[in-house]
Amino acid sequence: MIDWPLLSVIIFLPLVGGLIILFIKEDEVTSNNIKWSALLTSIGTFILSLILWLQFDYLNPSYQFQEKFRWFDDFNFFYHIGIDGVSLFMILLSTFLTPLCILASWSNIQKRVKEYMLSFLFLETVMIGMFASIDILLFYIFFEAVLIPMYLIIGIWGGARRIYASFKFFLYTLLGSVLMLIAIIVMYINTNSMSIESLQGNFFSFNTQIFLWLAFFASFAVKIPMWPFHTWLPDAHVEAPTAGSVILAGVLLKMGGYGFIRFSVGMLPEATEFFVPLIMMLSIIAIIYTSLVALAQTDIKKLIAYSSVAHMGIVTIGIFLVNQQGLEGAMMQMISHGIVSAALFLCVGVIYDRMHTREIKFYGGLVQRMPLYATVFMIFMLGSVGLPGTSGFVGEFLVIVGAFQLSSFVVIGAAFGIILSAVYMLYLYKRIIFGTITNNKLLEILDLNTREKIILIPLAISVIILGIFPNIFLDPMRLSLELIITNYEMANAK
Amino acid sequence: MKWQMLNNINNIIFIPEIFLALFSFISLIFGLYVKKNAFRQTSNFAVIILFFTIILVYLDNYSNFADYENLFENSSFISFFKILVLLGSISTIIITKDYFLAIKLKNFEIPILFLFSTLGMMLMISSNNLMSMYLAIELQSLSLYVAAAIKRDSVTSAESGVKYFILGALSSGILLYGCSLIYGFTGSMNFNEINFYLLNYENLNMGLIFGLVFVMVGLAFKVSAVPFHMWTPDVYEGAPNSVTAFFAIVPKIAGVALIYRFCLVPFQNFYLDWSQIVFFLSIASMFLGAIAAIAQTNIKRLLAYSSIGHIGYILIALIAANDNAVKAASIYMFAYMVMNIGIFAIILSIKVKNEFLINIYELKGLSKSNPIVSLSISIIMLSMAGIPPFIGFFGKFYVFIAALQQELYLLSILGVLASVISAFYYLRIIKIMYFDDNTEIINIYFKISYQAKIILFISLFIIIFFIFYPSFLINISSNLIL
Repeated sequence: MIDWPLLSVIIFLPLVGGLIILFIKEDEVTSNNIKWSALLTSIGTFILSLILWLQFDYLNPSYQFQEKFRWFDDFNFFYHIGIDGVSLFMILLSTFLTPLCILASWSNIQKRVKEYMLSFLFLETVMIGMFASIDILLFYIFFEAVLIPMYLIIGIWGGARRIYASFKFFLYTLLGSVLMLIAIIVMYINTNSMSIESLQGNFFSFNTQIFLWLAFFASFAVKIPMWPFHTWLPDAHVEAPTAGSVILAGVLLKMGGYGFIRFSVGMLPEATEFFVPLIMMLSIIAIIYTSLVALAQTDIKKLIAYSSVAHMGIVTIGIFLVNQQGLEGAMMQMISHGIVSAALFLCVGVIYDRMHTREIKFYGGLVQRMPLYATVFMIFMLGSVGLPGTSGFVGEFLVIVGAFQLSSFVVIGAAFGIILSAVYMLYLYKRIIFGTITNNKLLEILDLNTREKIILIPLAISVIILGIFPNIFLDPMRLSLELIITNYEMANAK
Repeated sequence: MKWQMLNNINNIIFIPEIFLALFSFISLIFGLYVKKNAFRQTSNFAVIILFFTIILVYLDNYSNFADYENLFENSSFISFFKILVLLGSISTIIITKDYFLAIKLKNFEIPILFLFSTLGMMLMISSNNLMSMYLAIELQSLSLYVAAAIKRDSVTSAESGVKYFILGALSSGILLYGCSLIYGFTGSMNFNEINFYLLNYENLNMGLIFGLVFVMVGLAFKVSAVPFHMWTPDVYEGAPNSVTAFFAIVPKIAGVALIYRFCLVPFQNFYLDWSQIVFFLSIASMFLGAIAAIAQTNIKRLLAYSSIGHIGYILIALIAANDNAVKAASIYMFAYMVMNIGIFAIILSIKVKNEFLINIYELKGLSKSNPIVSLSISIIMLSMAGIPPFIGFFGKFYVFIAALQQELYLLSILGVLASVISAFYYLRIIKIMYFDDNTEIINIYFKISYQAKIILFISLFIIIFFIFYPSFLINISSNLIL
């Protein structure tokens, strides 16, 4: 094991990089320095997080790399961080996507480069910190602090309706998370502990659990987002700059799923069992409804945004099955969606940077001019659909297998949603890639440049690795998930 | 012999107040005899006086007994709030100095008015008797009435002074009537004796209830809790910005301390009677503060409503009335003071087209011309909205801990909902600075004196870095005894 505080370094390295950037004076010449320092910081963080993965002990289901310091003298709040199998991959996802986001914004962010990079690095710190927190208050602080950089990213560098979208995003998610604040204070007062680790189990009476569960639900259902709390997502996605959408879809949505696993399933098992039918119903509605909505979209980004809601429906089904297949499937689906939807948004960004429109009608026949683009886009599209051999398949398959143990209606709903996802994704692909070029403006469009290749090819490779060798990812998280399931079953066995 | 005298002096709890009163008079003479730069010199003198008063209050911290027929008391809670008031006064005098000079309001009486008002507030916090409470309130209010109207040639300033005076006099009258009712029914004006007397009673009789309600109305007026808040936006708007800064920062601290002491000392056994009133005041303040501010474009009116909202949160902790309530109040008040000092230090230094900032839309383009200033404003706004990791979040957090410990679920949920609503207008300021495209030539100047810059820097430092070492404040506020 490593005897220096690796996890803290990973959390705060981006922030330190950001502080350095703060002192670089911005002008024409130095704006490249800013970009490079941001990129190098985030790559450094990624490399450190790979070390984290290498050092991770697969046979240990509890938290590793723990660091614990007294933080408040009067209450039992600690600066307490550590990772287990669940949070490991969320952290890797964050550190993997951030450098790609910075690369993706290399040329299309012209104004206020300094603030932009600062926001992204701050966002990275906050995301990693949130997934690594064991103390609930620390978790909450990171969870809410995410709003600040994201609000700025959407509001400053977003599209035409960015102000509306940024306010909606901020206030919607804030409303959810303040209710969570009440819930965590109630939990603290009842147990005198704020440790996620020691609160795993069944510590509250059934009635308290119901209220706590609803408060957490308000927060995570908005974040993940579940139907009918998803309306902020399409707006935020459409208005955000490409990199903003990538982080939003890639990591921020996972915060909801992570919260469900940690808090709802882990700490409130009886209430979770009570609410399983509600979740299943909402998830199935989400999958089918948002898939149909996605089918009708004319804006590429909006279509992918709605598809995110549908995919997250699979995740919530998987989480609330609370069995081995379901949870593993949900985790795989989250990782896969983190990569695939991020990549899809980046693909949209590629053509948006060239043509400055996201209308599906505008495009058509891109394969003629951009064969490489068509290929990587196809990989991601198939990953999103869940073709065997791609990352999407593993998650969806596991969730469906797990769902058979609960009810075949859930299976039918989920499977129907997967078929619909194939419909809208293939239809999208057909419309923008295949055919002949009808729009004269597209005749001059260029294929991927080097920078875009550097961004998209690692993503394409990881989609395939995830699909073919899912055990690389499933093994580390297996024991941690088993622990959660054992707790849950013990609590509900009485 | 000499030693005994010294000992006696140590036992007089009144020393900081006597010192402050004495030197306030001296500075009055001082101002009269200084020919050149009278305002500036008096301001500096006032700051020095207040600084020494802080030291005296600090030294006085542990003499926990009453004197002068129990007119005044001392305790750690009282000392803490006195120090907050003094720190607030010092910072306000420093950050407003340049503004006064810029608007050519060079009367040397202004810092002295602030000094007397501060004296009144110190007495207010430590008063242990209805009569001394009333007189102390009057001392601070009268100074503030004059301060509001200090810009004699300005109609709005005069109007705000008169408005404040009339409404303030009315509320003082109500408060005095309440005091007389309480005296009439208990036979004492001393807080502890009232409490002792009331121990014999199961319920308050009608007269005492009226007395309690009247005093609460008077106090609610002083802290501008809804529905007694009407004066706040108008007076804030009309008074010169620098006087508004003082209104926003200092008297609120003293008012909150007094309302805590009044509810928790003489009437501590009649929790149910006053908590209903405070319950309503709290909810109404939070929601009115949040909703009414949305429509404001004048920065001072906006901050007025924001302060009304903050008072609502502090009153939540009062309803909780447990150990954590006092802690929450002190932390929240500290955060409130720091944030307001920061924002007023900035507002007083921004000039748009050679006029001082009034309309929030004039901040447009600030992020281009003064990135550091707009970043500071954003941080303060997010902190006021209660977004972690800034200090404002911890204020609210402690308030909700206190409330939820008493199982005040409804109040807490309403509180957080109001905080979401209020986040809207705080965010709007950030939006104006960062999101709105500015096509005009930017005409914003930020000029701040060296001393004010230090104050601003300290307040920002506390706002941002509180999270890393919260214990410095929490250890102090955990041990406060009323």
